[in-house]
Amino acid sequence: MKIGIPKESMSNETRVAATPASVVQLKKLGFDVFVESGAGEKSSFSDEAYKESGANVVDESTVWQSDVIYKVNAPDDEEIAKIKDGATLVSFISPGQNPDLVKKLSKRKINVLAMDMVPRISRAQSMDALSSMANIGGYRAVIEAAHHFGRFFTGQITAAGKVPPAKIMVIGAGVAGLAAIGAASSMGAIVRAFDTRLEVAEQIESMGGEFLKLEFEGEEDGSSSGGYAKVMSDEFIKAEMALFESQAKEVDIIITTALIPGKPAPKLITKKMVDSMKPGSVIVDMAAATGGNCEYTVTGELFVTPNKVTILGYTDLPGRLPGQASTLYSQNLVNLTKLLCKEKDGNINIDLEDVVFRNMSVINEGKVLFPPPPISVSAAPAKKAAAEAPVKKEKKERKGLKAILALVGVVLFGLAGWYSPPAFLVHFTVFVLAIVVGYYVVWNVTHALHTPLMSVTNAVSGIIVVGVLLQITAEINVISILAFIGILIATINVFGGFTVTHRMLKMFSKE
Amino acid sequence: MFEGLITVAYILAALCFIKALAGLSNQEKAKKGNWFGIIGMALALAATITLADTGAYVYILVAMVIGALIGIRVAMKVEMTGMPELIAALHSFVGAAAVLVGFNTFIKQTLPGAEHLTGAALNIELGEIFLGVFIGAITFTGSIIAFGKLRGIIKSKPLTLPGRNWLNLIACIVCIVLMVLFIQEGGNFTYLVIMTIISLVLGLHLIASIGGADMPVVISMLNSYSGWATAASGFMLSNDLLIVTGALVGSSGAILSFIMCKAMNRAFVSVILGGFGGEPVKTDDTDYGEYREMSAEEVAETLKQSSSVVITPGYGMAVAQAQYPVAEMTRKLRDLGVNVRFGIHPVAGRLPGHMNVLLAEAKVPYDIVLEMDEINDDFPDTDTVLVIGANDTVNPSAMEDPSSPIAGMPVLEVWKASTVITFKRSMNPGYAGVQNPLFFKENNFMCFGDAKNTIEQISNAI
Repeated sequence: MKIGIPKESMSNETRVAATPASVVQLKKLGFDVFVESGAGEKSSFSDEAYKESGANVVDESTVWQSDVIYKVNAPDDEEIAKIKDGATLVSFISPGQNPDLVKKLSKRKINVLAMDMVPRISRAQSMDALSSMANIGGYRAVIEAAHHFGRFFTGQITAAGKVPPAKIMVIGAGVAGLAAIGAASSMGAIVRAFDTRLEVAEQIESMGGEFLKLEFEGEEDGSSSGGYAKVMSDEFIKAEMALFESQAKEVDIIITTALIPGKPAPKLITKKMVDSMKPGSVIVDMAAATGGNCEYTVTGELFVTPNKVTILGYTDLPGRLPGQASTLYSQNLVNLTKLLCKEKDGNINIDLEDVVFRNMSVINEGKVLFPPPPISVSAAPAKKAAAEAPVKKEKKERKGLKAILALVGVVLFGLAGWYSPPAFLVHFTVFVLAIVVGYYVVWNVTHALHTPLMSVTNAVSGIIVVGVLLQITAEINVISILAFIGILIATINVFGGFTVTHRMLKMFSKE
Repeated sequence: MFEGLITVAYILAALCFIKALAGLSNQEKAKKGNWFGIIGMALALAATITLADTGAYVYILVAMVIGALIGIRVAMKVEMTGMPELIAALHSFVGAAAVLVGFNTFIKQTLPGAEHLTGAALNIELGEIFLGVFIGAITFTGSIIAFGKLRGIIKSKPLTLPGRNWLNLIACIVCIVLMVLFIQEGGNFTYLVIMTIISLVLGLHLIASIGGADMPVVISMLNSYSGWATAASGFMLSNDLLIVTGALVGSSGAILSFIMCKAMNRAFVSVILGGFGGEPVKTDDTDYGEYREMSAEEVAETLKQSSSVVITPGYGMAVAQAQYPVAEMTRKLRDLGVNVRFGIHPVAGRLPGHMNVLLAEAKVPYDIVLEMDEINDDFPDTDTVLVIGANDTVNPSAMEDPSSPIAGMPVLEVWKASTVITFKRSMNPGYAGVQNPLFFKENNFMCFGDAKNTIEQISNAI
């Protein structure tokens, strides 16, 4: 089959759905790849490079005649008309936000797979284009902020004086938020992050950020079963806003990434908070496309408030790293192709039984399949508390059992003492004291030397040879024969044990 | 007339043994400690042979020369990967010797002209003989089975007879009854022999029903038994040196078993009762997603670009004899300025401390070989983790999935590192029969093949 890569028609789009490297992989799967002339220009991939990797560089009309179309943005009316009947289109669609577009597409007898509808299950992670774009966006948000921020990120002590480190607050620790935390902390800034989902605290810390925990009664967790955050209660939001208000006075840069799927972005940073920030501060609003998290945000624009706080409402952050964005997006498409074409014979098969394709399919042979049935995924551990309760009970019972056993032991010991002759008790004293000495000595042994410990105890337990030595006599009888055997094997222990211990200990060396 | 001198020699020997164990608290003192052990043993033997009036020097000399030759030869030849077998074999010798001492003591008792004990002293003497033989016999056959399992002569799968716990219990009760009869009748050879046979079989069955990966516990437990057997012999012969040494070895083995059990988050009793891993593994339909692969060259590239690397080896490294290539790779990486360290799980391998010995053999400096607790906090700052032949000890479901059979077991938290590369032969689950979600994590890459060959390739590519 033919895969067509058209040039993106949106004026400020810099990305492209295939790179020379991804063309090679698509060809390996048995496809012919047709790239529209100039498609990769803005991502710095020349027509020659595509040709070298085995693609056919063609004009616009030929590209749209392909059986499969890989695109970045949803097609416009003109492009919808150009798609061949029975063809498959793969691109970002946002079917939830664009019902008109879905209607228009459904008038054609085509298949449409939405790259923004890849389900968040681990199997499909390799084609999750939203995550790859969010990752780039988060990185770029920090770069944009650094560009507009008039100071260093990292603290320095120079001959000319001391520079304090920049303080950054990241709201929302999804893929974009985490990428921003990682980028900012590796540039030396102090990064704090907030998220309604408690499960991400560890992820934030792993990226070098500090988790801002909300002082809030009644433990509310914002995880929903779809891997995104849900809408929180009023009290929670109140507490959250108080936190942002106090942080706004302190931090230099705020990066917001809070999105609720299918709804306008929540307004988290009020005008009042922005006005309380220091002049020269920067806010990057990554939710600008759906209205923005900040009340001052102008979608797609840079806005400077009267007190000189810069607010960036760019919606094309991933596109500002065109080469990287195209590389990752095209790799997502290659991974999708692998799943579409399991036989590697250059033919695709959209298996609607597969939950991945069921979720991505907006239109199948002209029929609207959106919205898909829900799938549940979450990284949070399932209900720990229930499992813990019985364990505690068991422990209590164990304690009771231990007390009884100890009592029985003491009684038996007392009885033994009552009947035993003194000679036995003397030996017993030695025995007990030796156990105590052994206990303390052995706990001090380092873990690394446990094997030598075993071999040396093997050697010393060969001391049993002393016992056998005392029994052997010059006469040949049963006792002597048994004692002879006993001496022989116990000696193996003594010599073998010490030798092997010595050999091992010799190997342990420091640099 | 030399009684006093003998006792002095014995006290010195006991002190030397304590010193030998105490020396193992760190690698530098350990070698000196071993010499103390040897001196102690020489003192004890010299005192016993020369000062005690045994009169059978020729036999003693012949037996000891043969024993010494065998012992030294085996100890020099054994591969470090074969250490668990050697230790198991040595345990069985102690067990056998304890049985022999017990029988001899009993026979001596019955000889005409022997000093006859009466009353409580006789009862205690008989009880000691009985216990000594009982523990010795269990240690003897148990160690043989452990040896066979480690060698691969016997299948490492646990033997699960129906009602196996009841069988063990009945055997123990019969032995106790026999002991009471034995003492009441003032010593009856038949009872002793019956009990010996029962306890030999009990030893076989006990260890046969414990699976291969529980071997660290089994070996430590047998180590402990061999100590108690020695102590029991000491009681029989009223010899304090045997009692002290036996108690030292016994508590050492018991502590090791405890450490191993804790590392597997399993109760000691349930390990002893055995059968773990024998249940049919539940077929698990959970969708873990896809795993990613990496070739040897790519691994080499990743390693070169890392600034800190942690290697977590497991039994698989010992099986593949991969410790030398691993050490070679480590050397090359360290020459490039990469901070390479090792993270050792307490139950990695088939013997406590097994991995440390293997790495030491391959000349990996011991100061970069760390324990689980020392390294677990460092994983988030680690660039690359290499998991070589380990599976259950790096399984995140021990922490994340309360229904997992290994839930609660402390594990190496390798998944917190930026990149994890797992060396494995295939995608088969580990010993516990649990699938490992680590392999499907986003930051994990599989490198399939024989660990030794793969590591050699990587080493050459660096």
